[in-house]
Amino acid sequence: MTQALTFTVNGKTERIETDDPKMPLLYALRNQLGFKSMHFGCGLAQCGACTVHVSGKPVRSCSFPVASAAGEEILTLDGIGNAAKPHPLQLAFIEEQAAQCGYCANGMIMQAKALLDSNRSPSDRDIKRALANNLCRCGTHQRIVRAVKRAAKMMA
Amino acid sequence: MLNQPMNRRNFLAMSGSLVVTFTLPGAASSAPARQAGPVKTVALDEVDGFLAVNADGTMTVYTGKVDLGTGIRTAFTQIAGEELDMPLNRIRIVEGDTLLTPDQGATISSISISRGGMEIRQAAATARAALIGEASKVLGVAPEQLATEDGSVMSRQDGRRVPYEKLIGDRNFSIKVNAKAPVKDPKSYKVVGKPVARVDIPEKMWGEFSFVHDFRLPGMLHARVIRPAAMGAQLLSVDDAAARRIPGFVATVRRNNFLAVVARDEWAAIRAARAVKASWSPWEGLPEKERLWDHVRATPVVRRDVTLNTGAAEEALKSAPRTLQATFDFAINTHGSLGPSCAVAEWKDGNLTCWTASQQTHELRKQVAEMLGIGRDNVRCIFIEGSGCYGRNGNEDAAADAALIAKETGQPVRVQWSREDEHVWEPKGPPTLLDYRAGLDQNGNVVSWLADAYVPEGQKVSRTTLLAADLAGLPKDPAHTGSIHQQLAIPYVFPNIRTVAHRLAETPFRPSWIRTPGRMQNNFGTEAFLDEIAHAVGADPIEFRIRHLKDKRGIEVLERVARLADWQPRTGAQRRSGTVVAGRGTAYIKYELVRTYVAAVADVEVNRRTGEIRVVRFHIAHDCGQIINPDGLKNQIEGNVIHTTSRTLLEEVQFNRSTITSRDWAGYPILRFPDIPEIAIDLIDRPTERPWGAGEPTSGVVPPAISNAVFDAVGVRLRSAPFTREKVLAALRRV
Ligand code: FES
Ligand code: FES
Repeated sequence: MTQALTFTVNGKTERIETDDPKMPLLYALRNQLGFKSMHFGCGLAQCGACTVHVSGKPVRSCSFPVASAAGEEILTLDGIGNAAKPHPLQLAFIEEQAAQCGYCANGMIMQAKALLDSNRSPSDRDIKRALANNLCRCGTHQRIVRAVKRAAKMMA
Repeated sequence: MLNQPMNRRNFLAMSGSLVVTFTLPGAASSAPARQAGPVKTVALDEVDGFLAVNADGTMTVYTGKVDLGTGIRTAFTQIAGEELDMPLNRIRIVEGDTLLTPDQGATISSISISRGGMEIRQAAATARAALIGEASKVLGVAPEQLATEDGSVMSRQDGRRVPYEKLIGDRNFSIKVNAKAPVKDPKSYKVVGKPVARVDIPEKMWGEFSFVHDFRLPGMLHARVIRPAAMGAQLLSVDDAAARRIPGFVATVRRNNFLAVVARDEWAAIRAARAVKASWSPWEGLPEKERLWDHVRATPVVRRDVTLNTGAAEEALKSAPRTLQATFDFAINTHGSLGPSCAVAEWKDGNLTCWTASQQTHELRKQVAEMLGIGRDNVRCIFIEGSGCYGRNGNEDAAADAALIAKETGQPVRVQWSREDEHVWEPKGPPTLLDYRAGLDQNGNVVSWLADAYVPEGQKVSRTTLLAADLAGLPKDPAHTGSIHQQLAIPYVFPNIRTVAHRLAETPFRPSWIRTPGRMQNNFGTEAFLDEIAHAVGADPIEFRIRHLKDKRGIEVLERVARLADWQPRTGAQRRSGTVVAGRGTAYIKYELVRTYVAAVADVEVNRRTGEIRVVRFHIAHDCGQIINPDGLKNQIEGNVIHTTSRTLLEEVQFNRSTITSRDWAGYPILRFPDIPEIAIDLIDRPTERPWGAGEPTSGVVPPAISNAVFDAVGVRLRSAPFTREKVLAALRRV
């Protein structure tokens, strides 16, 4: 049976219909609402590519039932900043050229944002720990750590 | 068999409501495989094959090489922009479109710059000469008095200028690429050799970049393929009753052992695939994992490739007073791109168009045409960047899945592989087994070096059989690349050398190439065994390497890495006491013995109690000739180090007699942030030399440098990769 759900994405109210409340939030965001920033990597909460924030906390949208998002505030990579008004993490990732393919970048930035929300001057170790469950297959890790540090400095 | 509960008109009417269409450059929503009217040339010897000056003052570069996350799009922009004095922000690159781009060969083997980039450079140099010729007529100034600048030709006499688009905008050059057209003097370079920022990174950070996973067509359906329970199983029966009840279900597609479900949206396709009850015949055709190396050794040899034969190595070994021997092996690896393979295909009027992240769209076109039984001209493959790609992964197979289903359903179809599809069904880097023997004389000189590799046989082709063609029983060319034998031949000068690749009749899994294929595994054996010899004769491993090299550039990378790492000569294992012991090791490569030079020093810590190896730091000295973009180059080197450290320490495809059991990241762990090494790099730029590639060579030094460093730390040789804790502990128990 089709049911309607409402939540906000980046401050904007969105309404979607689904016949399966267990459908992962990822599919609602990508296929129904047209977002490209969060990526499908595993569907198993193992890699972090799909990370978005739900009410201030990073979640793996590939494994987060859309019904649980009802009434919540969702924040995506496009929502934290854009070319006109970039978030320091986005700027720092560009300045450090912290991507090879960049498929992991969404998860890295959204997970790092959660870290910086609670720790304003993380050490390398803090950053590596915070990102331990985000996978990068291209081996861009060192640049990503540097970018998060740089962002922390920019935000200080 | 095509099970289609609705007629075409129905599902045409029902699809589309939730479709989100993204527009992409070069990927129009209805892109015919054949174009009416004049078609742009894709000839490799025509300037128009590579370049177009547009009336709006921009320029388009057409290249068959594609950006796999390596940054070559930016590098090509620099190369073309430099040669033509064109501002980089006015250059657009079209990659890997079989209708529009020349076939410059697959994007493999670290030859994108040395081949692809140089073809672009020569086309651009030819174009520049032609533009000057045209301008000379327009301005009435002799060509020698003309210069190019900022997308214009300018008179040195009076400063008058005419922009390129006024000379040729939207028209063809209609000239052959002139191999002798003068290229710029590297001394005058403005953008080549500079750390130009990657053109794609900002969009990727805003979350606005369109990967192949984001490509949509109107009316597009979503499909998932249901894979055999055992890899060689036959499909016995299908019950899709439960799948049909899922809202959005459109069809079940079956052809022999190829089984897929099609639905109006992606989640419905996933649910439907899970709901289909398929029964498969039992099959246990895989070797026993525990006895893999016995299996490899027992596999019939169909061919022996002697890759180097100097003097009489066997005889010299027999008469040598002292001999050494060792066997090395490297496990089966998965590419494991972070984003599973994905493709969209459209079948229209007998033509198939496919949007894919394939690293070889031109090859893919041939394979898809063969599978579908249509002409090559009826297939168009268009590259859209995907998740980082390190070789022939599942991209081509996802494209074939989509092509087959699109033809069967007559609808545009998107196939997104699952993580399990990728981990289990992408082709694998084959197992590599290597035997080494050496003979030493009384004075510790190496008088004989023998290497024997046992690797799958293969042909001189860059392809792997399409999975869909295989499962569906459709026409396919069974030829594949097998394994690569370079780096078995050695760069060192010894009087008697014989290196042989024993080509095996079969290998457990569909083989393909993964970053530094064969060469990485072979260099592991070669450079680790050389280290054993250096130790046996009491020589410092860097000095020993230098002593046996003639190549100045090779010697220089070794000397420079020694400086970078502050290497202190050592002539034996340190065997320090304590639980966590530090050590350092070195390794060298001259890629395929003809190009890029890399030398490494690895610093490791070995935990004697847990068997854990921590790679603390890698020092790399790197010479790939002329550097196009030093920051892009460093990015590639760092990627090589981390990726290959992961493969060396952790990665191994697990399987039972029926199928692969490493189905996701839990079953196939890779290196994570807390364990990544620091990386120090010394780049040697040689602006007047040919530019060579850097996507692979550094990988070749990683496993031997780590193995040699572990020996330095604790006095045991690790000859079987991955270097798991169990293997380290077992080796420590033996000393
Ligand atoms: S796609 Fe969600 S964690 Fe991997
Ligand atoms: S940059 Fe490719 S996966 Fe991280």
